[in-house]
Amino acid sequence: MNYTDEFRDPVAARGVLAAIERVVDEIGATKDKPLHIMEICGGHTHAIFRYGLDKLTPPGLEFIHGPGCPVCVLPMSRIDECVDIAERPNVIMTTFGDAMRVPGRRKSMMQAKADGADIRMVYSQLDALELARRNPGKEVVFFGLGFETTTPSTALTILQAHADRQSNFSIFCNHITVPPPIKALLDDPYMVLDGFVGPGHVSMVIGIRPYDFIARDYKKPIVVAGFEPLDLLQSVLMVLEQIRDGRAEVENQYARVVPDEGNPVSIAACNEVYQPRPSFEWRGLGEIDASGLRIRDKYAAFDAEVKFEIGYGTGPRFTGEQDGCRCGDVMTGRIKPHACPQFGKGCTPEMPLGALMVSSEGACAAYYQYGGLRLEAVE
Amino acid sequence: MNQTVRPERRVLAQRVTLAHGGGGKAMRDLIEDVFTSVFAPPGMEDQARLMDASLLEPGAELAFTTDSFVVSPMEFPGGDIGTISVCGTVNDLAVGGARPLWLSAAFIIEEGVEITTLRQIAASMQKSALEAGVRIVTGDTKVVGKGSGDGVFVTTAGIGVIPPGRRMLAESVRPGDIALVSGVLGDHGAAILAARGDMDLTSDIRSDCQPLNHLIEAVLTAVPDIRAARDATRGGLASALNEVAYAAGVGIEITEADLPLRQEVRGICEILGLDPLYLANEGTLVLFVPPDQAVSALAAMKSVPAGRGARVIGKAVTAHPGTVIMKTVLGGARIVDMLVGEQLPRIC
Repeated sequence: MNYTDEFRDPVAARGVLAAIERVVDEIGATKDKPLHIMEICGGHTHAIFRYGLDKLTPPGLEFIHGPGCPVCVLPMSRIDECVDIAERPNVIMTTFGDAMRVPGRRKSMMQAKADGADIRMVYSQLDALELARRNPGKEVVFFGLGFETTTPSTALTILQAHADRQSNFSIFCNHITVPPPIKALLDDPYMVLDGFVGPGHVSMVIGIRPYDFIARDYKKPIVVAGFEPLDLLQSVLMVLEQIRDGRAEVENQYARVVPDEGNPVSIAACNEVYQPRPSFEWRGLGEIDASGLRIRDKYAAFDAEVKFEIGYGTGPRFTGEQDGCRCGDVMTGRIKPHACPQFGKGCTPEMPLGALMVSSEGACAAYYQYGGLRLEAVE
Repeated sequence: MNQTVRPERRVLAQRVTLAHGGGGKAMRDLIEDVFTSVFAPPGMEDQARLMDASLLEPGAELAFTTDSFVVSPMEFPGGDIGTISVCGTVNDLAVGGARPLWLSAAFIIEEGVEITTLRQIAASMQKSALEAGVRIVTGDTKVVGKGSGDGVFVTTAGIGVIPPGRRMLAESVRPGDIALVSGVLGDHGAAILAARGDMDLTSDIRSDCQPLNHLIEAVLTAVPDIRAARDATRGGLASALNEVAYAAGVGIEITEADLPLRQEVRGICEILGLDPLYLANEGTLVLFVPPDQAVSALAAMKSVPAGRGARVIGKAVTAHPGTVIMKTVLGGARIVDMLVGEQLPRIC
């Protein structure tokens, strides 16, 4: 296939893998004293397991799977609130498919749909807006979630709805941003990370400058990476070279797609529509300052939290996760997925307890489905 | 066949109403005009009375299967619900080594469905039945109110005969056996996804929907001891292989680079974040044969149109019983698990 096979070339991959092994040796990292590189994005986690990259890299290098899967970090409270809205009369709730199975305290959206709520999967925010046009007697709500990758399209949809005066359309906004949780992880006293691989598609929107603090303030290297296996391997190599050379810089491996300054049109649309929330809850990580976005008052007519009087700003919210769920420890790199006592027992992709088991990009699901401990057991 | 000459009854209505399910004249007209005039079942009785010489062979076994079809949209590039309702059941029989003979067809029709849609479904069914060499010999129709169904649901059951001595069972697969597929993977699933039109994807992908019984017979002539065959339908190749690994208590190893996939199918999967190993097929055969017969099996498959794209994709092994492992294009390895729930398009 054009523009992908080049980045899955086994011969080129072997070359990069050999270089990775060499640099890990030069740094002196070993299985007992490994380097910890966090791939922030769930898409990278998925690629690592899909291509078995963790089996190809040397034992002195460990991948820590970061919080960059929007479905995985969605707290139960927000699912509860979404189900609450969806179960009100006359509401059509629309959502991206992979949010359907995320467990809430009472139920997931999949269960709510089975119980009779009108919940529909859409492929884009504009499909939801179109649904609102076709159903003037209904309140159509879009469950907006995702990082900077989906945030602009929600913003543009709000601007479109505003221009069209589509009064029966609103967004339940759960959009979050990548840099704040990284800062939270770096401030964690248990932090063991030696470097980061950053999500390329996020930088397509925000550029690479928002990561400057990682290199400047925390002296850790970060390389913004594409999503093909060779992109990923090359980025890991670039991080390792920085560590070996004692550098801490923001580098752009994905320059064929990512301009250093990002996409000004998207950034402008987001600034017009959103403002940072004081804080937002992340599953497993708790409340993180300025990590979520809310819809500005100017567009409050399209804010489902205002319209349905729910969510942040409506008094005390119950937070916290399922008993026994250690998603937070996995996400901060404290434990590997299989070290969680629930892994594969109380928590499986069929009956997920924690969100990391829900999305195919969640570390636990990837670990469970593609290998990890099970692969080691059979090899 | 002696068909009694009956006065021609034409359904004049444009759409199905509840009257067409009421048991009266409208229903009789619908059945005769739309279905039995096309399928031409033997006799006028509600139940078919059947005989075939192959039934009399000592040691022959009857095979009996049923399946329901609820595909949306009902029509897609390469076929429609009628095509798959016949091919699906024919293939279920054929992969067990049976020669399919007779089918039943039951329709649950939602009020408001256009009569022309029903005619098209019946025509597709008859076309596939002729292709497979089976007859649709009995059936039923029910009409449900608007909103109680989704267009047309079709249930077919099929009867076939397994000739004496044939033993094609997933549990017969042994370590060392070679796994083959008859052609490209995922075309049906990708065609349906594109045809749903939710994503404005335009593609030339057509469903691979086709009867596989002639292909299987052709291979059996060359390789009488096929260990097992599977029709990689719902859940795709991954589910078919996992079923075999589980039933036979063997491990299965496949090689990603050897999997036949169309560029367009890979493209759709890349865009939506789906795995082509889990996409449904409706006319793709997975075969396990003893290692010394893999070459003849491959040649026999390629000699039939339905098997032109046949490939060896892997083998059964002693290690990791019950588990399917794939060597990735980069030389890594990963488990290919059963699908959990349904594949949901990802967010970003």
